[in-house]
Amino acid sequence: MTDRRRVLRTTAFAVAALTAATSLFTGQSIASADTVRIGYAVSKTGPNSAGTGITTIPNYVLWVKDVNEAGGLKLPDGSRRMIEVIEYDDRSSSEEAVRAVERLAVQDKVDFILPPWGTGFNLAIAPLMDKFGYPQLAVTAVTDMAPKFVQRWKKSFWFLGGGSDYSKALAEILGSAHKSGQINNKVAVVSVADGFGIDLIKSARPAFKEAGLELVFDKTYPLGTKDFNSLLTEAKTSGADTFVAFSYPPGTFGMAKQSKVLGFNPKVMYLGVGVGFPVFTKIMGPDVAGVMSLGGVDPNSQDFKDYAARHTAATTNSPDFWASSVTYASLQTLQQAIERVGLDRDAVAKEISTGEFDTILGKIKLEDNQLRKLWWTGQWQDGSFAAVSPNSRDGASSVVIPKPEWSQ
Amino acid sequence: MLTTSLVIGLVLGGTYALAALGLTMQYGVSRIMNLAYGEFVIVAAFATFVLVSTLGLDPLLSLLLVGPAAFVISYAVYSVLMAPLVKRSRKGGNLEIDSILVTFGLLFLIQGILLVIFGADFQSYSYLNVAVDLFGVTIAANQVLAFGLATVLGIGLFLLIRFTRWGLILRAVAHRPDNAPLVAINVDRVAQLAFAFGGMLAAQAGVVISMFQTFTATAGVVFTMKALIVVIMGGVGNFLGALIAGLILGLVEAFVSAYLDPGLTLASTYLIFLVLLLWRPQGLFGKSVS
Amino acid sequence: MSKKFGLFGGLLGLLAFAPLVFEDYGLGLMIGIVSYAILAQAWSLFSGPTRYISLATVAFYGVGAYVVAVLNEDLAYPLILLIAVGTGLVMSLAVGIATLRLAGVYFVIFSFGLAELVRQLITWYEVNVSGTLGRYIFLPFEARHIYWMLLVLAGVTFAIAWWIRNSRTGMALRVIGEDEDVASHVGINITRTKLLLFAISASLMTLVGAIQAPRWVYIEPSIVFNPTVSFLTVIMALLGGPHRLLGPICGVIPLFLLFEWLSANFPNHYSILLGGVFILIVFLLPKGVLEFVDRFRLGGAAK
Repeated sequence: MTDRRRVLRTTAFAVAALTAATSLFTGQSIASADTVRIGYAVSKTGPNSAGTGITTIPNYVLWVKDVNEAGGLKLPDGSRRMIEVIEYDDRSSSEEAVRAVERLAVQDKVDFILPPWGTGFNLAIAPLMDKFGYPQLAVTAVTDMAPKFVQRWKKSFWFLGGGSDYSKALAEILGSAHKSGQINNKVAVVSVADGFGIDLIKSARPAFKEAGLELVFDKTYPLGTKDFNSLLTEAKTSGADTFVAFSYPPGTFGMAKQSKVLGFNPKVMYLGVGVGFPVFTKIMGPDVAGVMSLGGVDPNSQDFKDYAARHTAATTNSPDFWASSVTYASLQTLQQAIERVGLDRDAVAKEISTGEFDTILGKIKLEDNQLRKLWWTGQWQDGSFAAVSPNSRDGASSVVIPKPEWSQ
Repeated sequence: MLTTSLVIGLVLGGTYALAALGLTMQYGVSRIMNLAYGEFVIVAAFATFVLVSTLGLDPLLSLLLVGPAAFVISYAVYSVLMAPLVKRSRKGGNLEIDSILVTFGLLFLIQGILLVIFGADFQSYSYLNVAVDLFGVTIAANQVLAFGLATVLGIGLFLLIRFTRWGLILRAVAHRPDNAPLVAINVDRVAQLAFAFGGMLAAQAGVVISMFQTFTATAGVVFTMKALIVVIMGGVGNFLGALIAGLILGLVEAFVSAYLDPGLTLASTYLIFLVLLLWRPQGLFGKSVS
Repeated sequence: MSKKFGLFGGLLGLLAFAPLVFEDYGLGLMIGIVSYAILAQAWSLFSGPTRYISLATVAFYGVGAYVVAVLNEDLAYPLILLIAVGTGLVMSLAVGIATLRLAGVYFVIFSFGLAELVRQLITWYEVNVSGTLGRYIFLPFEARHIYWMLLVLAGVTFAIAWWIRNSRTGMALRVIGEDEDVASHVGINITRTKLLLFAISASLMTLVGAIQAPRWVYIEPSIVFNPTVSFLTVIMALLGGPHRLLGPICGVIPLFLLFEWLSANFPNHYSILLGGVFILIVFLLPKGVLEFVDRFRLGGAAK
């Protein structure tokens, strides 16, 4: 039976190919002793590549450049070692991200692994990071579950807060603006139907109610929506003084542009991710003034200005005003922890958890493995995205309500 | 309220139709299932962006530059990548499958090149982003332009195909590629020209869409898929069908958003597409294959 | 015959020891390969003989993952898998009854639209009815457990594929693929046969998603309904040859490893190289494609 011979031959071929290939792939790469190997697998292609390319990769590149130009990572004995980078593309797929971390940990035996972009991907790799004993400095992961995750993965660190932090801060601002008569109590909210948008709107509903606000328009729209004429027209006629969009780019940009055309100029305009991106000022020009969003920076901080200048020089793009500086600060945290306790990952994790660090965000100390000293709300004022909440903190600007009219 | 949704829907649908005209040409006449179609749209958007931001060129003028350039490039792409496959298909190969595989590769190739040159960042500029009053509904001038262009091109091409000699030749190649040579039509040449012309239409859609939509190097696939849906819905190779199908999708989106739930806009466009296909398996204006 | 079964069983048994030999990364590769092997095989099960190119793979794969995400805290795991298969089965029957009369490229785009529709509906349901988007899966599985489960599923899939090829149904399917008119003349119930195949194929895909899901911990529609899965499945199966029993696996192994090698060694030029390699394959290795082309013309549209 020739069929059987063919099956046999093909099977033999398959097994041989598989064995050969797997051994090819699992070949050990030799670590040179005088460098520190830092690995990361991030989305260089696919739908996540835009966010990754704006917030995550430039800061990894900048940090490695800064460290290596200074002679390398400092170790406790005063010696310095250069950083050697090993990078992979996870192609915006969770499965690839997981496998890439396995590769970094087992094949490349890197000293430290930097996290990918996005909540979902940080969670996907968390069990493996924990299993292999790598500290995970998750920045671009906004989740209210962080306290639970810290229990589950002791070496995980969460740097960007949770959805309710942001929505409560916004509710507070709106509540007091309403009390002082700057705006009516009506709020129109739209949110993108993905993890981020739903997290925020879920916590925003009770928070707004508590602040004495009424949601007169509350809709979600699917990820990938490009046209917002219908939504904005309805929001405009809802009678609300406040328009809130828990949105993602490019939706954020589309909404801003179309609001302008529609002459939809609410007293408070709060949009989601993307407002802090450099491209937003290019799109809106002077009309960024008064637009609010998540994050923000202290516009007078010299540290931030220096960082922004370095960032622009090294990557030809300015940093975003929300997670970029936090990403860089997380890397400084890692750098200083290594300087204090060396390359032992357990010790580094312990140091990050308990130590105090001097970063571009000022002195930071994690609470229960989370960075809590963050800016929750920002607003475009005088050409920079100034932090307005918590307003009790040093460096906070005061919020401007109502926002200026569109220029045209 | 009704007029508002109607105008918003029609204008949005115009964009969909505009982005699909080139594909209906490429697939309908040249029989190339071009999965890299959306990349042609995006490349044109990037080209316009570069022309606008470096040379300060008016985007409408860049239409005159980018369009012909896309024609030449598509013509060349056909010579290099498609012509050998067409030749091969006569000897028992399958053009449809081969073209799917090759253009799938082309999709990644173009995307990769864009990523290396421009990075993954969002790109945008503003042009004609001013309000126009259309039957009491406020809408952006650039979107009205897209709608106008789609209508003119859609109807114009339909008439061209229907009533001119050129159109007759195109129809002959589209429907009877085996018999066309009998009446002295050079099928290869017509197919190549049609492919190039389709590329030009894609580029013009890209130029106009870049005036109001933010785009990235990886955004092409979305355009390909939307265009495919419009093309299939309207009937392959039928420009009027593509125009109407695009408008239907836009209207469905606008009305669902206003009267049902904005969360269901995309679901309903797919649903309409699926239902329509079940009702008329060859699309709205498609000719039955059998 | 028994020899072939012995060989097949032996191979599976041998592969079951992989977790003892390979470290995590090697195992991760094996998981990827085996899961795509099942997807490609399941895809070929239906698409090989009927010549329908389906892009709905991820619709079922994603639904499988979602079933696990929704139920993983409330039910025993085997029960969840059963429910996943059931869901895939019901869904594929409903879809199949409606759609299998579409031909050629119309079916291709339809199946793509279907995957997107399912994704949109699940999103809408999660947002408006259950009020959560993004679910967590905390099941105590390690890579090797997932690998073993996938391996068993692969065994089942290949057995089904073999059985169908050698049964009356397989014969009927080949006739349908050659010529539907002839098939109906010789008394083959075309719709029922196609539907059966579609349902089996879809259920297997659902299971792959369900088994793999615990590896990702966090799930939301944009993660599990990633259209790339559908495309890769088609491409792998097409290059290997979907009308042969071992065709799909011959497409999966080299392509999967190629993707991996490119993304690991050229992270910044992955897309360019991948695109280039793809074009080269079509031109330099028309055999892989041609072989399939002989019997696999796209229904009516290619005429």
